[in-house]
Amino acid sequence: MSTTAELLKGAAELFPDEVVTSAHVRHLDLPFGAGRFALITLDNGFDHTKPTTFGPQSLANLNAAIDQVEQEAIAGSIVGAGITGKPFIFAVGADLKGVELLKKHDEALAIGKGGHDVFKRLSALAVPTFAYYNGAAMGGGVEVGLHCTYRTVSKAIPAFSLPEVFLGLVPGWGGCAILPNLIGAERAISVIIENSLNQNKQLRGKQVFDLGIADALFEGADFLEQSLLWTANVLNGTTEVVRSEIDRGEAWDAAVAKGRFIADSKVHGAAPAAYRALDIIAAAKSGDLQAGFDAEDAALADLIMGGELRSGIYAFNLVQKRAKRPAGAPDKSLARPVTKVGVVGAGLMASQLALLFLRRLEVPVVLTDIDQERVDKGVGYVHAEIQKLLGKGRINQDKANRLTALVTGVLDKAEGFADADFIIEAVFEEMSVKQKVFAEVEAVAPAHAILATNTSSLSVSEMASKLQHPERVVGFHFFNPVAILPLLEIVRGEQTDDASLATAFGVARKLKKTAVLTKDAPAFVVNRILTRFMGEIQNVIDEGTPVVTAEKAIEPLGLPMSPLVLLELVGPAIGLHVSETLNRAFPERFTVSPNLAAVVKAGKRGFYVYDSGKPELDPEVAALLVQGDVVLTEEQVRDRVLDAVAQEIGLMLEEGVVAEAQDIDLCLITGAGWPFHLGGVTPYLDREGVSERVNGKKFLAPGLASVPV
Amino acid sequence: MPRTVRDVVFVDGVRTPFGKAGPKGIYHETRADDLVVKAIRELLRRNPDLDPKKIDEVAIAATTQIGDQGLTLGRTAGILAGLPQSVPGYSIDRMCAGALTAVTAVAGGVAFGAYDVALAGGVEHMGRHPMGEGVDPNPRFVSEKLVDESALFMGMTAENLHDRYPTITKLRADEYAVRSQEKAAKAYADGKIQQDLVPISVRNTNAEVGETGWGLVTTDEPMRPGTTLENLSGLKTPFRTHGRVTAGNAAGLNDGATAAIIASEDFARENNLPVKMRLVSYSFAGVEPEVMGYGPIPATEKALAQAGLTIDDIGLFEVNEAFAVQVLAFLEHYGIADDDARVNQYGGAIAFGHPLASSGVRLMTQLARQFEEQPHVRYGLTTMCVGFGMGATVIWENPNFNAEGDSK
Repeated sequence: MSTTAELLKGAAELFPDEVVTSAHVRHLDLPFGAGRFALITLDNGFDHTKPTTFGPQSLANLNAAIDQVEQEAIAGSIVGAGITGKPFIFAVGADLKGVELLKKHDEALAIGKGGHDVFKRLSALAVPTFAYYNGAAMGGGVEVGLHCTYRTVSKAIPAFSLPEVFLGLVPGWGGCAILPNLIGAERAISVIIENSLNQNKQLRGKQVFDLGIADALFEGADFLEQSLLWTANVLNGTTEVVRSEIDRGEAWDAAVAKGRFIADSKVHGAAPAAYRALDIIAAAKSGDLQAGFDAEDAALADLIMGGELRSGIYAFNLVQKRAKRPAGAPDKSLARPVTKVGVVGAGLMASQLALLFLRRLEVPVVLTDIDQERVDKGVGYVHAEIQKLLGKGRINQDKANRLTALVTGVLDKAEGFADADFIIEAVFEEMSVKQKVFAEVEAVAPAHAILATNTSSLSVSEMASKLQHPERVVGFHFFNPVAILPLLEIVRGEQTDDASLATAFGVARKLKKTAVLTKDAPAFVVNRILTRFMGEIQNVIDEGTPVVTAEKAIEPLGLPMSPLVLLELVGPAIGLHVSETLNRAFPERFTVSPNLAAVVKAGKRGFYVYDSGKPELDPEVAALLVQGDVVLTEEQVRDRVLDAVAQEIGLMLEEGVVAEAQDIDLCLITGAGWPFHLGGVTPYLDREGVSERVNGKKFLAPGLASVPV
Repeated sequence: MPRTVRDVVFVDGVRTPFGKAGPKGIYHETRADDLVVKAIRELLRRNPDLDPKKIDEVAIAATTQIGDQGLTLGRTAGILAGLPQSVPGYSIDRMCAGALTAVTAVAGGVAFGAYDVALAGGVEHMGRHPMGEGVDPNPRFVSEKLVDESALFMGMTAENLHDRYPTITKLRADEYAVRSQEKAAKAYADGKIQQDLVPISVRNTNAEVGETGWGLVTTDEPMRPGTTLENLSGLKTPFRTHGRVTAGNAAGLNDGATAAIIASEDFARENNLPVKMRLVSYSFAGVEPEVMGYGPIPATEKALAQAGLTIDDIGLFEVNEAFAVQVLAFLEHYGIADDDARVNQYGGAIAFGHPLASSGVRLMTQLARQFEEQPHVRYGLTTMCVGFGMGATVIWENPNFNAEGDSK
């Protein structure tokens, strides 16, 4: 047994539940008499809903297939060899489940080396090799093709990426070393760094060809046939493959520098993967692939044993899996159909909600408000947004006509809501106002209609308490911008029944939102954590720490924006309002900052001015601030803030605000954009020792978002 | 409004390699619609001067129009092949003469002026859709003796045809079959067939059938080169004890697809498209369903009469070989020798296979190649028998005809 085979055998023993990919070798006669050809098909035996992956046994299978092809190549019985995938899927890379199981640096190193050892044989055969990217190709799937002499790609391919950096890895089976040597550093960095950090952006077939990753592009309908004809022509010498020269001069270094700039702007140095990948790409300038492969092995092993990757995989599983099966949601079969939606209020938020319901549910949506002018403005907003979509080509004229006709506005709730199944209010955030609105709605709406509130901090139970049928009231808390942030906190009031809740979850699914069930607790999940987090920052500022220090203290987390920039986005007035609500609920932990109140009172929209292009403390704000004389270091600030967050989450779990810590993380990722490398936040609090310091225990079981013990 | 009948030409035709139906066949895991889609795409690739937007119709035949052969194939195959949405399409069924009827139907439209150019073809995946799948014959056929009970079983109708032509013995049928295999093998060796084949990628996930994974089909699977009389003599006669029809002297059960471009001659010339054959006449005729193999004779009589030609004017014959006896009955009727060099020069369905509704265009594609090679021939015909007692004949003129040569 070869060393590679032994290495993989050992790795396979660690991962008995691998979904094993076979590497079928089939022979065919190429057209034009070009000769006999061996074609390897990667196939895990399932349909396209279970994409082909590479675990250790899968790599061993490919290794064995290459053994066979290698012999045939030496014997001269084949003129070339190719590799392709099952229908719709080429291969989507390493099996993450296998990566999660790895406990030791050695084991991690073996996975990296195992992949390299197998894949690089494709570049060392006695005959040319061809990869035919027929369908989705990601990570190791892309990389196995990079080791081949030539590549073709299908125009119909929906997804092609090296997403490793997105998860917290580097493309470690040749991606970092080969890709820049194939298409140049700048393009390689756009694929490896920029796309990964840009919500894991996928390439389409034509882009793969235009970037120079593939040598030929064919349509999906007869992709493999045309690829094999092309192969025959390449082998015959009829078709010459010409690749553009790559710039190994200053352009290479400039590209790497640009890559670092992109990484800084996205993760602020807080996650190592992008930087490790850039280091390898920088060194790949020498063209020494083996050195690159060795660097990839080392980076992979380090990252696999690091908390950022484990958090990344955990976060990926949350948004891919847990988001699809919301914890605590009642059985889907209880849900009632929603064939008409009512929106109370026609302000900006209400209009945005109307647009969202309209686009996703495609049912009549009726807006009401207190005067005709507001109603007209709300409907006008939706109509204008529909025209924008039409203008951008996102919808066609027929669809625009349909949507335009579906949205209406009336003053009389009885007229608008008499046959509505789901009515959501987005009126002024004041309990008495909301109670009054719901009472009016209940008087005219059908008995089965769901009454939903988009309140961000008021009690859903209290809002329902004066109704005849409080069991049909649910909280339906969206996050701004409504069209972009996936999170929807669905709040169960004390009296909410299962059918209403199931209907709410059904609507959320159709809205394509990530629904998380929360208890009717003050400010629910995201706002409570963010307010505690911001409140603690505000506290240290109020006590005397300079704004700059407080802000810098948080940078190592790599959050999408600094706390005070976030406050500006939310609006200081809303931030103040939520802090007041929470202060009433939990006065011992939530303070109302006098400085924030002063900023709001002065009518300021934020703490910063951007005259220099960079955020700088607004001198007018600075003049308003009344600070104490306790000046903390960045580290002290960070500890204070993180301790507060850990305490709050611990209390929320005790209160049963959500089912598990995973739901908190899912909320932070999808509602606040907190990064994968933090895993939301509890994996980070666990690995930094904050959880144990504050609560005496970790939030998550070992192995869930960390190296298993 | 004055109207002129326009000349109609066969521009080009291609086909997939034909496969054997059944779990071991090359196309067992391949969809029928994909076969015809790939044929259409190859046709368009070969004729880049044909602007797809100008295609006025797509007529695709299939006998069993359900599943992957259903859903109005002419339309869906057009969309799947990437034709513009503005190009319409429909499905056709005349059993074995499906593709032939697709050609004549669109040719009629071209002659009339309804179309300038159209695609016509057919597909039959007899592995996925065995003959008779889902049929529900009206009981009156039997109760009122409208047709003989053997009419639905093609092998039995072939035995019946042997009865009608007692001089056509099993030996003659077998000898004919051996020659078909020999001619097909020679045509392959001479590269006559491959030039009009579309390679098809095929997947196999069953290790019992052979190597698993993706492969590429570039040749016809049913061919049995080297077949001898001895090989054939011992075969069973499944349709009648002590009968004459065997698997060796009949076409098999097959999978495959064909496609052709039919245009007005003016359109073809204006658009720089090849003109491989010029349509002279076509005709269909009905006969007793229980001797459906007799059908080509009256169909040819009608087509010759329309054209003002006699059988002696025909220099090349492409006769579908559903059964050897059916070809021999045709030849006997016209006093043509069993081994006449004008008949099925490249071999026929006994060797290549006969995926029912696709075969008509195969005959045309082969005749077109023979026209190119033999400019001394002016007229040729394609003919086939059709289930339920029909025959179909199309007479073609060779645009390469050179009057200097022998006028046959």
